[in-house]
Amino acid sequence: MSAAHETSTRCAIEMRGVSGGSMRDLNTIVVEDVNWSVAPGDFWVIGGLQGTGKSDFLMLTAGLMTPVAGTYCFLGEEMPIFEDHRLKDRLRLGFVFENGQLFNHLTVSENVSLPLRYHHNLSKAEAAPEVQKLLELTELAPWADSTPGAMTRNWQRRVGLARALMLRPDVLLLDNPLAGLDLRHRAWWLNLLKELSQGYEWTNGRPTTLVVTTNDLRQWRGDRRQFAVLKDKRFMVLGDWQKVEAAGDELVRELRASAAHND
Amino acid sequence: MKDVTKREDHDKSGGGPPQSKTPLRLRERKHSERFWTAVALRRFFSYRSAQTDGSKRGRKFPFDLFPAENYVAAMQKGNASTFDSPQVRFVMRMPMPQFFSNFLGRKLFRLLLTIQGLGAFALITLGVMIKKFGSARRVIRPLVFQEISRSGLQLLLMFLFLAVVLGLLVIGQTVSWASRLGATQYLGSVMVIVVVRELGPLIAALLVLARIGTANVVELGTARALGEVEALEALGIDPVHYLVVPRVIGMAVGIFSLTVYLIIAALSSGYLWAFMQNVPLRPGDYFSQLASALTGLDFVLLAIKTLLFGFIISIVTCYHGLAQPLRLEEISYATVRAVAQSVIACVLIDALFIIIYLAT
Repeated sequence: MSAAHETSTRCAIEMRGVSGGSMRDLNTIVVEDVNWSVAPGDFWVIGGLQGTGKSDFLMLTAGLMTPVAGTYCFLGEEMPIFEDHRLKDRLRLGFVFENGQLFNHLTVSENVSLPLRYHHNLSKAEAAPEVQKLLELTELAPWADSTPGAMTRNWQRRVGLARALMLRPDVLLLDNPLAGLDLRHRAWWLNLLKELSQGYEWTNGRPTTLVVTTNDLRQWRGDRRQFAVLKDKRFMVLGDWQKVEAAGDELVRELRASAAHND
Repeated sequence: MKDVTKREDHDKSGGGPPQSKTPLRLRERKHSERFWTAVALRRFFSYRSAQTDGSKRGRKFPFDLFPAENYVAAMQKGNASTFDSPQVRFVMRMPMPQFFSNFLGRKLFRLLLTIQGLGAFALITLGVMIKKFGSARRVIRPLVFQEISRSGLQLLLMFLFLAVVLGLLVIGQTVSWASRLGATQYLGSVMVIVVVRELGPLIAALLVLARIGTANVVELGTARALGEVEALEALGIDPVHYLVVPRVIGMAVGIFSLTVYLIIAALSSGYLWAFMQNVPLRPGDYFSQLASALTGLDFVLLAIKTLLFGFIISIVTCYHGLAQPLRLEEISYATVRAVAQSVIACVLIDALFIIIYLAT
C-alpha cells in the first residue's frame, strides 16, 4: 500500500488541490485549490458569506459533483461515487440540505423511511419500527403523517436531518443548519450535533464526523471544533477557536463578531 | 464577449452582483450573427478532454467561449450529465436572429439538440430499467402500480364516455352513409382502418398526454427546481430509477389498456348508433365483417404501437421535467415544449406504422 493511500484511509475526507464548480454549471468555478483533511470524529465549521459557494463546496464534498481538478478521497474511496458496487461507501456520508429539500408529495414518515426502504428493499411495515424510533428521537412523531407543506420551516429542516440520519452515516454534512431557526430549535440542533459528534444512541455510540457551513462563526465556538473560511474562491483552514479569534482577516473578524449576516 | 460570459456565470452561480449594468439584450446585440453561429457550432460539437489541472481550463479555439465537456465523456465518467445539457439552454437563450435563413438554422440546431437529448435520455432510461430490474422492488413496484392506476384505471370512465361519442361521430355516420350507398359489406374494413389502426391508439395517446403527460412535466420540473432531485442523489437513490422508470412503465401499460377499451367501446357504440338509424345490419354480420378485416398483424402492431406511444410520451415529458436545471418560472415553457414534441413524435410514429401496414 502506498504512503498516499495510507494517509487517505486514515482521513474521513481528504482533498488535494481540489477545484469545484457551481451546482448549476460545472464550468463556473466557485472554489479553487482546496487542501483539506478531516479526521474521523472531527467537527468542522466552514464560514463564509452568502453566495460565496459554501453550498456548492458542500455538495462537492457530498459527491454530488465531480471536482474540476484535484483528487478527493472519502474514507479512502475516490469521489464522486456513482457505480453501484461502490454505493455502500457512498452511503456512509449523509447530507442535510439548507432548506431540507424534502419530497413534497410524501409524508414525513415516508420521507424519512425512503433511503432505508430503497437501499434495503423493505416494505413500509418492515421499515416502520426503525422510522418510528428515529422520529421519536427527533421529536417528529406527531408529524409522521403530515406532508412537508403543512409544517413550519423549523420542523421541515428537522425532517431533512432525520432523513439523512436514517442510514446512520459516519460523516454528516450540514448546509447552514441554524439559519432561520427560532431559539428553541437552534438550541435543540446545537445540542443534538454535539451529542452526534460525541457519540449518539442512534449511531450506536459511534462519534459522527460533522461538517457544517455557517455565516456566523460565533455560535459554533466550542472545544474540539475546527474552523475554515471560504473567501474569494479560496478555502482557508484556520484551526480551533483560538486561531479564529487571533486571525486578522477582515472576513473572519466579521463572521465571528456578530450575527449580522445570519438570516 | 467577456460581458456575455460574465452574465452567464452570474446567472448560473446565483450569487453576487452582476458584473455589468448594461442590459443583457443590448450586450448580446453587439455580436454579429456569424459570431453566434460560430459559438453555437462550437457548443454543439464541443469537446474537451478530461483535464486534471484546473488552471488549464483553456480555449482551444478562439470562439470557444464556454468550454463544455463532451456529453459522451461525461456519461462515461458517470457524472450524471443525464440531466445537464448546457448546450440546449444556450441555444434556447440566444438572441433572435435578423435573417429568416438564420432563424431556420436555429430551428434546425434546436431540433438536433432535442433529438440528441431525448435519444440519450431514452437510452439511459432503458439502461436503468434493465440494469436495476428487480432492485428495490418494494419501493419501485408500488410506484409502478400507482402510475398504472393513474395513467390507466383512473381515466377509464372518461375513455368509455369518449368512446361512445367517437362511435357516434365516426362510426355512426360512416355506417349510415355506407348503408345509403349500399356499401355495408365494406363496413368491417373501414372500422378496422379508422378505429383500430388509427383513431383508437392516437386518441388514447393524446388524451393520456393531456391528462398525465403534462402533470409529469409539472411534477418533475417542480421537483427539479426545488432541489428534490439533488436530494435523491444525495441519498444514493437513482432519480431515473425512482422517478422516470415507474412513469414509463405506467404510461406504456396505461395507453395500451385504454386503447383496447376505447376500441371495443367505440365499435360497440358505433353499431348502437347505426342500429338507432335503422341501418339493415345484423350484429352477427357486423362482427363477422370486423373479424374478417382484422389480421394477426393488427393485434401485434396495435400492441407495439401503443406501448411505443406510452414510452415516447413519458420519455419526452420526463425529459423536459428533469433534463435541465429548471427554474420555477420555466416550467410552463417546458410543459408547452413537451406537449408539442410529444404530439409530433406520436404522429411520426403513427406515420411509420402506416408505412409498415402499407408495405405488408
